[in-house]
Amino acid sequence: MDAKEIIARRVALELRDGMLVNLGIGLPTLVARFVPRGVSVAFQSENGLIGFSAPPPEGMENSDLIDAGGGWIAALPGAASFDSATSFALIRGGHVDLAVLGGLQVDAAGRLASWMIPGKFTPGMGGAMDLVAGAKRVIVAMQHAAKSEPKIVETLTLPPTAARRVSLIVTELAVIEPTNEGLVLRERAPGVGMSDIFDNTGARLIVPENTPEMPLSSD
Amino acid sequence: MRKNAITAEAAAALVFDGASVMVGGFLGVGSPDRLIDALVARGARGLTIIGNDTAYPTIGVGKLIEAGCVARVQASHIGTNATTQRLMSAGAIDVELIPQGTLAERIRAGGSGLGGVLTSTGVGTIVAQGKQLVEIDGASFLIEKPLRADFALLRAHEADYYGNLTYRLTAANFNPIMAFAADCVIAEPDEIVPVGVIPPDAVRTPGVLVTHLIARAHC
Repeated sequence: MDAKEIIARRVALELRDGMLVNLGIGLPTLVARFVPRGVSVAFQSENGLIGFSAPPPEGMENSDLIDAGGGWIAALPGAASFDSATSFALIRGGHVDLAVLGGLQVDAAGRLASWMIPGKFTPGMGGAMDLVAGAKRVIVAMQHAAKSEPKIVETLTLPPTAARRVSLIVTELAVIEPTNEGLVLRERAPGVGMSDIFDNTGARLIVPENTPEMPLSSD
Repeated sequence: MRKNAITAEAAAALVFDGASVMVGGFLGVGSPDRLIDALVARGARGLTIIGNDTAYPTIGVGKLIEAGCVARVQASHIGTNATTQRLMSAGAIDVELIPQGTLAERIRAGGSGLGGVLTSTGVGTIVAQGKQLVEIDGASFLIEKPLRADFALLRAHEADYYGNLTYRLTAANFNPIMAFAADCVIAEPDEIVPVGVIPPDAVRTPGVLVTHLIARAHC
């Protein structure tokens, strides 16, 4: 199982029946593959749709139907389409129960940086700032380190996506919860030792007495 | 009440060099392709383009960037178009990146007679620089000003002779809100149908907002 699958499987266990969920572009979209049995969620695509599945049968793509990453999707029975103002009213208005976003950095205060590397990479924030500001719960799904550079840092060196503290960080090594006291290590990935986590983390971690192994399926 | 159907070339001649132009679409889906092609063919220059993104170099708004028609872009995302990023880095075009929900609300405010909107999106980020912060019931909000343009170029699914418009699936995106926010609104429908074919409840843009319809393509 590669790092991305570990992350996607663990994030999927945060899904609850009836949730409206927004998955960011890239790694977070993998979460849709691992929705636990018996759990039914609706996925929102911020370009204007609730209730989609991807991808449609080959040759049956509709030129008016894409997800926010530009990929072809199919609409499920009961889907609803709407304009961009309505889509972001859903997001900012707290109607989205869970947003799962990728990240470049998260700091000890739980702030996320996800949208630019000054001088190198300026794609724009798209809907990320609205999602972090407005979704009820925000999970950052990202690889723990980038080329052995920690992505979990004491203070962001990249521009933040929002002032808000995210709810949870899920990596291929650990599950970490930002709290008032700081970053709390909640779970370790299977086969991962404490030193693996510490060596790849650039911020102080609070380690409770019991740090269980990360579950990767609900069965 | 009844609109004139004009050619895309005639519409492109109305859009003067240096104009501010809202263009509907999300990564090219829901963009008025024939109008864009006609603007490229006319050799439009110095346009300010307001839209969600700049799509791809050969698709949607990206064609205007590629053809050198654009001096300024106000968008939420340019990451799918390397040309936009290159021209921005070279200082050849000016890019203002705006969070997607804020862009939608600024356009909505511009078209609705509102002096702006208050949003928590962008608080504590680069987006807040130079903007007024206000506190309402203990929460912080940015004042975001309304956006209007000289032209709105829309893609619709159906139009009737009065200019009443419908949209399909994720092709609505920014089109319905841009219909309110420009001095001259030009809609390019997939099909034009007689008055009465579109039921009143299905109309998403009332025809009174539309200045011109693009005539069907000759075939």
